[in-house]
Amino acid sequence: MQLPKLPVGEAVEALVDWIEEYFGWLLDGISEGLRFLVGGFQDLLLIIPALVLILLSSVLVWLVTRRDTRLAVLTALGLLLVWNLGLWDLAMLTLALVIVSTVLALAISIPVGIAAAGSDPLNAALRPVLDLMQTMPSFVYLIPAVIFFGLGSVPGIIATVVFAMPPALRLTNLGIRQVPTELIEVADAFGTTPRQKLLKVQIPVALPTIMAGVNQCIMLALSMTVIASMIGAGGLGYRVLVGIQRVDIGMGFEAGLAIVIIAIILDRITQNLVPQHENR
Amino acid sequence: MKSEGSVIFEKISIEDATQLQPIVSVKGLTRVFGQDPEKALALHRSGRSKQEIYEETGSTLALNNVSFEVMPGETFVLMGLSGSGKSTLLRCINRLIDPTEGEILIDGEDIVGMSQEELRATRRRKLGMIFQSFALLPHRTVLDNIAFGLEIQGIPADERHRKAEEVLQMVGLGGYGASMPGELSGGMKQRVGLARALTSDPDILLMDEAFSALDPLIRRDMQDELLDLQQRLGKTIIFVTHDLDEALKLGDRIALMKDGAVVQIGTPEEILTNPENAYVEKFVADVDLTRVLSASDVMRRPEPVAQCTAGPRVALHLMEEHDIQGIFVVTRQRLLRGRVTLDDAVEAVKKGKQMTDILITDIPVVAPDASLGDIISLIVESPYPVAVADDTGRLRGVISRGAILAALARKGEDTHAAS
Ligand SMILES: Nc1ncnc2c1ncn2[C@@H]1O[C@H](COP(=O)(O)OP(=O)(O)OP(=O)(O)O)[C@@H](O)[C@H]1O
Ligand SMILES: [Mg+2]
Repeated sequence: MQLPKLPVGEAVEALVDWIEEYFGWLLDGISEGLRFLVGGFQDLLLIIPALVLILLSSVLVWLVTRRDTRLAVLTALGLLLVWNLGLWDLAMLTLALVIVSTVLALAISIPVGIAAAGSDPLNAALRPVLDLMQTMPSFVYLIPAVIFFGLGSVPGIIATVVFAMPPALRLTNLGIRQVPTELIEVADAFGTTPRQKLLKVQIPVALPTIMAGVNQCIMLALSMTVIASMIGAGGLGYRVLVGIQRVDIGMGFEAGLAIVIIAIILDRITQNLVPQHENR
Repeated sequence: MKSEGSVIFEKISIEDATQLQPIVSVKGLTRVFGQDPEKALALHRSGRSKQEIYEETGSTLALNNVSFEVMPGETFVLMGLSGSGKSTLLRCINRLIDPTEGEILIDGEDIVGMSQEELRATRRRKLGMIFQSFALLPHRTVLDNIAFGLEIQGIPADERHRKAEEVLQMVGLGGYGASMPGELSGGMKQRVGLARALTSDPDILLMDEAFSALDPLIRRDMQDELLDLQQRLGKTIIFVTHDLDEALKLGDRIALMKDGAVVQIGTPEEILTNPENAYVEKFVADVDLTRVLSASDVMRRPEPVAQCTAGPRVALHLMEEHDIQGIFVVTRQRLLRGRVTLDDAVEAVKKGKQMTDILITDIPVVAPDASLGDIISLIVESPYPVAVADDTGRLRGVISRGAILAALARKGEDTHAAS
């Protein structure tokens, strides 16, 4: 005896149709907005001549690392290599995708993280959601993104945002909860409003931890944009994908190397953005 | 220093005796930590002890019907063993902890019933706090830490920095404004903590074991500094410590706590000489060092003194300059002749009398090698410092009430360290 197949697929299709019918305008709006943002960012990065941008990047690294000349030189060399390999335009698209996704991810995760630090019920409710988000294989995020946004950079960004959010949210929450009780007492004893307490004590004291979350968020976003190239997000990830498909080891390796260079530079910048203070 | 500190306090009480109101007044304060305060309180009313209440309900009776009053300009010390409720009591005064029952009046206003808005205003204007582990904000420079209170009050940056710079000078850290807290030693950090509390010019300073994390030498310096500041600024200080020596040195009055209740309140002398029960007695037992010390151990340099050839006008000037109530009179060879009081000198200047007319020759004098145990009651009862003169009659030093207690405290520390 054979059971009839349950109409799961049909049900999902009906749901998607329904959502598209009633929320199509919203999805379209989000699509348009994101495409505009990424395009704009990429254009901006490409308007600046590559060599100027390379110079600016290494100066930026030099400044945030408090005059680490070696790192600044390595930055310049790494980016020159990317340029020399003819991967500059793709690299800028990848960078634009990473920046837009990271900003969006942080715009959601930091405020929610702060709220979760102030509310145990919210924290308890978020925890299983975050666990789920972090244990799910990353390409699973691609499926709903594609369903609602089709192929291209937009679903890539959406998937990236979702994938990159959890660590920033967790570390923001953790950082604020770990602010020493005595510092909270200082804030209260001096008569702060809740807002002053948050802005002048809790966030600044938690900032090193929050920045560790930002760093994680950027790294995850970068790795996800590679995966998102499977759904047509473009950039360096796409080159890697093509390299794999054509078994063109050289091509795949070059693109991979460019990704690693960008990752290291972003990592060093964000790690040094906030000075670490000895507590108490 | 101590004696002069209490001189200020006496002055206030003499001038405003009629309108002098307690600046902090605590009535029937009770605090329960735990799930069911009502049940704990009910058990407490039926006479159960802190321990029994904890065993039955899991709730801690941290404060048990505490009442006391603190006068303006007074240094009031809360003392007791660990867990006796000192920190909880101190934190109720600025409501970092909410009382379960009872009333706390700050300048006559009940802080327990205040709205958040009123509470903030009171904390900003009237209550400064200093913490055991300094609790400086690690991301701010020393100057911005000190200006924190003013910043919270919305004072513009240049004004608050100017004020902060002044206070920084006052605590002896001029030039460190741009340092980060992590670069300072413990003693310096606590000076910053003190400066931060002083900058918003609160009437009341709440200090929770403020010096306990410092090593003994630095700690003694900070105690002296606090006495000095208190004398200059006339703040009301509520000081928590579990160290009797510190309490004796700093306190105008001391409240001894046990299991959340106040066991005895009194001046250091009263606590030492009249311990109210066995618990207090045990607390002060190892302070009986009066046998070991002699007058020369505790006297200070006899300064200032008036020459007997000088007139009452000079004596008056010296007393006013040093803000003291009386002065010893000596010959050129520093032979002790007697003592002149401030009031008499004023009188003499008005009526054109001579020094010899107002000289009091019948004053208590002790020998340098007299044991403290023999002279302590004399000194404690004497309304003014007692002269120390050797057998040729030369003035060697003076001993004030404060000095004797401070010396006892200091010696106590040394013997603790030795044993
Ligand atoms: N937040 C809290 N939750 C539960 N119990 C508490 C809390 N704070 C204090 N207690 C309890 O209240 C009692 C008084 O504590 P408190 O901190 O006031 O003591 P203390 O005299 O300051 O001691 P110490 O000298 O160790 O600082 C203790 O039994 C303590 O365990
Ligand atoms: Mg304590």
